[in-house]
Amino acid sequence: MSVKTDWKPTIVAFCCNWCSYAGADLSGTNRLQYPANVKIIRIPCSCRLNPMFVLRAFQRGADGVILCGCHPGDCHYTTGNYYARRRMTLLFSMLDYLGIERDRTRVEWVSAAEGAKFAATMNEFVATVTALGENRRLEDLRCKA
Amino acid sequence: MQGVKQKALELLTGGKADRVLGWRRGETFYDPTPGVFASAEEVERDFVFDAFCGANLSKYLIALDRAEGVTAVFLKPCDSYSLVQLIKEHRIHREKVYIVGVACEGMCGYDALMKAGIEGVLSFEEEGDALKVHTLYGDTVIARKDALLSKCEHCKSKRIVTYDELLGEQGDEVADSGRFDEVARLEKMTPEDRFAFWQNELSRCIRCNACRNVCPACSCEKCVFDNPDSGIRNKAAADSFEENMFHIIRAFHVASRCTDCGECTRVCPQRIPLHLLNRKFIKDINELYGEYQAGADFDTRPALLNFQTGDCEPSIVHVRGGERA
Repeated sequence: MSVKTDWKPTIVAFCCNWCSYAGADLSGTNRLQYPANVKIIRIPCSCRLNPMFVLRAFQRGADGVILCGCHPGDCHYTTGNYYARRRMTLLFSMLDYLGIERDRTRVEWVSAAEGAKFAATMNEFVATVTALGENRRLEDLRCKA
Repeated sequence: MQGVKQKALELLTGGKADRVLGWRRGETFYDPTPGVFASAEEVERDFVFDAFCGANLSKYLIALDRAEGVTAVFLKPCDSYSLVQLIKEHRIHREKVYIVGVACEGMCGYDALMKAGIEGVLSFEEEGDALKVHTLYGDTVIARKDALLSKCEHCKSKRIVTYDELLGEQGDEVADSGRFDEVARLEKMTPEDRFAFWQNELSRCIRCNACRNVCPACSCEKCVFDNPDSGIRNKAAADSFEENMFHIIRAFHVASRCTDCGECTRVCPQRIPLHLLNRKFIKDINELYGEYQAGADFDTRPALLNFQTGDCEPSIVHVRGGERA
């Protein structure tokens, strides 16, 4: 797949309100750089991530989707991220089964104190998706400008 | 099996049930349809039970659960799994159904007859392990095992999970059903080939919603796909994304509740092997979270309604699976 040099991927990062969103905030206040094409969507808990949201993000033009939540055991609602973990495992496995690049999806646990980890994760994920190129297999042409 | 019709009559006239849920004579010999019978005359006239009664009756009990009195129902082994799953989900009250378990040797389908090159079929008779088929071009005989529905080719169990009485012999789970062989074959393919395989299959989807309507696990009062804002249109798909979205989400919504009854594939007018999506979830659940069969009992929790603190991370998908796209 040819990748235009000026092309930048669109990344949707779903961040849990209690840990990862605060982690992203911390990386900002620490002036740690991460690419501007990461669009953060705040969700109340990683467990709020309906699998449909992931597909919807790809439909609307995302090239990669990442879910960030509290570390297992640290969920603000005690058990939310345990359920999210199982759901996302099965969803990613299903996407892989349908032949959609599995590197476009990821889950990372980022606590409110891990600003550096948030920035590093995003840099790494953007690099991975940039290498993969545009999302062609799960795109909706009607949603492309 | 003549005993089934006899039993239906007996239940209605004996007052054990207010109505009987069974199979009604269809327009052709190969499509008996689920039907509710309230009187002995109706049973005499329309009730059938033969090699083509593949339809799973469990789902129709959800609506009948709201009716007064007891409904008697005939369940084959795989149908009983669906019923137990629905009872577990509080969709059906156990005391409102009278279950007659019917032993099953696999049900037949018209597709298999066509595949065997039998055309112009008029009617058939059951003769032991074979079907005697009357066609426009004369009679022919086909072994029952060669005329099976695709869902019966890899039967997972002949055990009837719950019943009030039994017609025929109680069976056992089938240990080596080989039902995941096809999934494993797909998993071994390269992502490109898998993508091509699924595009080829799913692009035939006409969004008739038959798979959704027949599925015992797909029984929400309001379906996410009936929402005009769901991101997919309700008529024929305009974009390949819609088919992907519809089938991934439908499979996900029944994941860990799907009993693998195979009705989705049976009713698909476009012959899409939808059970391969459900079986992928079942296989993953078995491998990652321990063996689990939905509907096999009344008390275990489905894998997606449960967790262990030591569960694997989602990155296992990236680590374990073969070649990268």
